[in-house]
Amino acid sequence: MKSSSKMSRREFLKRLGVLGGGVIIGFNTFDSRLWARKPRAGFLGAGIPTDFNAFLRIGANNRIALYTGKIEMGQGVMTSIPQLLAEELYVNIEAVDIIMGDTDLCPWDAGTFGSLSIRHFGVFLREAAVEARGVLLELAADRLNAPIGRLATENGFIFDSSSPTLRVSYGELTQGNIIEKYLDDLPPLKPLSAFEIMGKSVPRRDALEKVTGTAKFSGDIRLKGMLYAKILRQPAHGAKLIKADTAAAKKIDGLQIVEQGDFIAVLHKHPDVAQQGLARINAQFDRPKTGINDRTIFDHLLKSTPTPEIASQGGNLKTGEKKAATVIEKTYYNSYVSHAPMEPHAAVADFDGKKLTVWASTQTPFRVKDMIAGQLDLSADQVRVITPYLGGAFGGKSASQQALEAARLAKRLRKPVQVAWSRAEEFFFDTFRPAAIVKIKSGIDSAGKMTLWDYNVYYAGMRGSKQFYEIPHHKEVVHGRWRGLSGRYHPFAVGPWRAPANNTNTYARDMQLNLMAAKAGADPLQFRLAHLKDRRMLNVLRAAAEKFGWQPIKTPSGRGYGIACGIDAGTYVAFMAEVEVDKGSGSVDVKRVVCAQDMGVVVNPEGAATQMEGCITMGLGYALAEEVRFSDGELLDLNFDTYSIPTFSWLPKIETVILENPNLAPQGGGEPAIIGMGGVVATAIYDAVGAAVFQLPMTPERVKAALRQV
Amino acid sequence: MLETIRFKLNGRPVRLEVNGERTLLWVLRTDLGVTGPKYGCGEGLCGACTVLADNEAVLSCQITIKDIAGSEITTIEGLAQNGKLHPLQQAFVEHAGFQCGYCTPGMILKAYSLLADNPTPSRQDIIDGMDENLCRCGAHTRIVAAIETASRRMKGGMK
Repeated sequence: MKSSSKMSRREFLKRLGVLGGGVIIGFNTFDSRLWARKPRAGFLGAGIPTDFNAFLRIGANNRIALYTGKIEMGQGVMTSIPQLLAEELYVNIEAVDIIMGDTDLCPWDAGTFGSLSIRHFGVFLREAAVEARGVLLELAADRLNAPIGRLATENGFIFDSSSPTLRVSYGELTQGNIIEKYLDDLPPLKPLSAFEIMGKSVPRRDALEKVTGTAKFSGDIRLKGMLYAKILRQPAHGAKLIKADTAAAKKIDGLQIVEQGDFIAVLHKHPDVAQQGLARINAQFDRPKTGINDRTIFDHLLKSTPTPEIASQGGNLKTGEKKAATVIEKTYYNSYVSHAPMEPHAAVADFDGKKLTVWASTQTPFRVKDMIAGQLDLSADQVRVITPYLGGAFGGKSASQQALEAARLAKRLRKPVQVAWSRAEEFFFDTFRPAAIVKIKSGIDSAGKMTLWDYNVYYAGMRGSKQFYEIPHHKEVVHGRWRGLSGRYHPFAVGPWRAPANNTNTYARDMQLNLMAAKAGADPLQFRLAHLKDRRMLNVLRAAAEKFGWQPIKTPSGRGYGIACGIDAGTYVAFMAEVEVDKGSGSVDVKRVVCAQDMGVVVNPEGAATQMEGCITMGLGYALAEEVRFSDGELLDLNFDTYSIPTFSWLPKIETVILENPNLAPQGGGEPAIIGMGGVVATAIYDAVGAAVFQLPMTPERVKAALRQV
Repeated sequence: MLETIRFKLNGRPVRLEVNGERTLLWVLRTDLGVTGPKYGCGEGLCGACTVLADNEAVLSCQITIKDIAGSEITTIEGLAQNGKLHPLQQAFVEHAGFQCGYCTPGMILKAYSLLADNPTPSRQDIIDGMDENLCRCGAHTRIVAAIETASRRMKGGMK
């Protein structure tokens, strides 16, 4: 594996040279101050340059180019990231152009996931802007012949505050060049209270392109002489190709076939003709008989479980159990869930003999670049990955096998090649949200206080498992994360799915809490509030209750009110919902969802609300319907006819509340508002009809089965 | 079997020598380089490939090029007139009636067809009319609001 993360000085300047201009501004000697900087640390940070020039370039026309390895998949960071830069650099947001996800132009980045774009990358970007502004002030002091202390900045200009007509623009100072000058010490970032651009809704930058059809996704890239490839796939995971007869396919005019062992691709200038060619291949596979299917999977997974890790603990479980007057022990399940973005994976690759350029729908362009270089025996600088718009991803576009497939074919054929997966391929190769099991044993004393919380989660992962309620004796143990268990435990690939692990953990925790509240004869909201000290959690719960109009009553009340809350990506979030359950059919109609969120400083309130609405709507799917069915490695759901995702007719009334928390730096926004959707619907069903559903999704059959237990 | 197919695409006459059995979606996307209509499912289940045939929404992945001979086809690229956004496009911008944008061309054209049939739809009419167009990002509430706004502004007219 070659790494592109550590970049030499020479490589770095070469990269900046790609951007044009490139005469280093006015300093003869190399500024050693940059290299005295402490390198950034950690998996997410170590590869990110410390030179502010990597993040921005100021044109002679005073337009600012912002470079980020982040990608736009609908979450809106194309619009919010420039707000951060404009804020710290004192320029108009309209003066900022953003260049995203291009490995030749943008600073290294681990990938767009984990709701990190603002809270993690955003900090590096702001630091870069602060230093750039400091350097510009030094340059301006020389130019204006004024002491630096007298200079002020506004809208991309620096002026002498005692004589405002004496001014110079950033662009006049840089002339579009790299600024080879640094500060001894990084000035402090703007205090959160001084924000002027952050915290305001700004219109989406991608709007015009997306409503006029000019927005380009990877599959929309058209290169001269491009061939569309279709690849022979196994009918089931674990199936082995025995033989393939391509003779009939070869008769199609203009069809090209590439055979490399198990890898057989047909290519044509029209994708539909390539598809016909693929259909003519007569292939035989040896298919595995594992007996593992969507019904036996939980037994299979529990047969031998991964090494446990303790997420949090306190007190002593034995004591907690002794002190309990009532102990409830329950097991919760959730099925595999697909990402199912509307855009299936696509990539276009072009190899000119030296450089391989790949346009790919991926959340991790730099990782894809390294993967392709490693697999195709190219050096890292021979591979450039460009990321056009992504048509949704939700964690599912991280592995990016399609990019490697396109690259491999383009390199071999020396022709531009597009690989665009069919919907069936998209389902088959999806890195599903793992099936998971949660076992909870919890207890309350005679006063209705929780004394015990013995929590074991299998295969979902760590996120959201830590305890935040005041329970004297508790232990949360995580048996296997979503990463690294695909081959050994799961029958196919699993991976991160929007707020990985947290949906499972929050569902189980909130359902169990309501069963406890019911035993205690307490209102579910009051029960939670009585076990909480964390201000932020108290605040979001109270805000949700106020918006919802929650009236305390013990559950099940017949009202169909549900409640859930949790922490994700540094953000606190609380949910309330109202459902109607049809006892005859078992179907559930979610009528209303309220979601209150504390995400620290909000960069773009409109964008944040949009993400919350999206999370809530998407979350209805895994709560009520989404489940991947399979048998012996074969996927039984390969399109939207049998795999149902939420549609317009599912729409509840959605109300979002974003709490003001101006003293906390921006936290995650793309995922938190989905984590409680399983829990809020489950507790609402329970409240409506007294039926506790212990498996997601809560299909009509499962609701009916639960009703029979009441 | 190559045949000559004539139709109008976004107001311009098109003449193709093409196998008439080929799917409209792929002829548009590859032969004609019109990439607004998207592939989402290939089986008429998601609506991402929606285009207008004589002002009516059709699923371009489900019809052949022969089927639309002589028709007037409008894709998302042809909706704005003289650089001016159609009221639906404008309303989608204002309400942020999209996130990733992949389903957006299909959504807008489906809504166009809906408003052509029923210029003053109720909220429920919109929900029913749009129900077969899938959006995974969860922009639904904003899409409904955008269609309501556009319908109000268009007052029954299509421009």
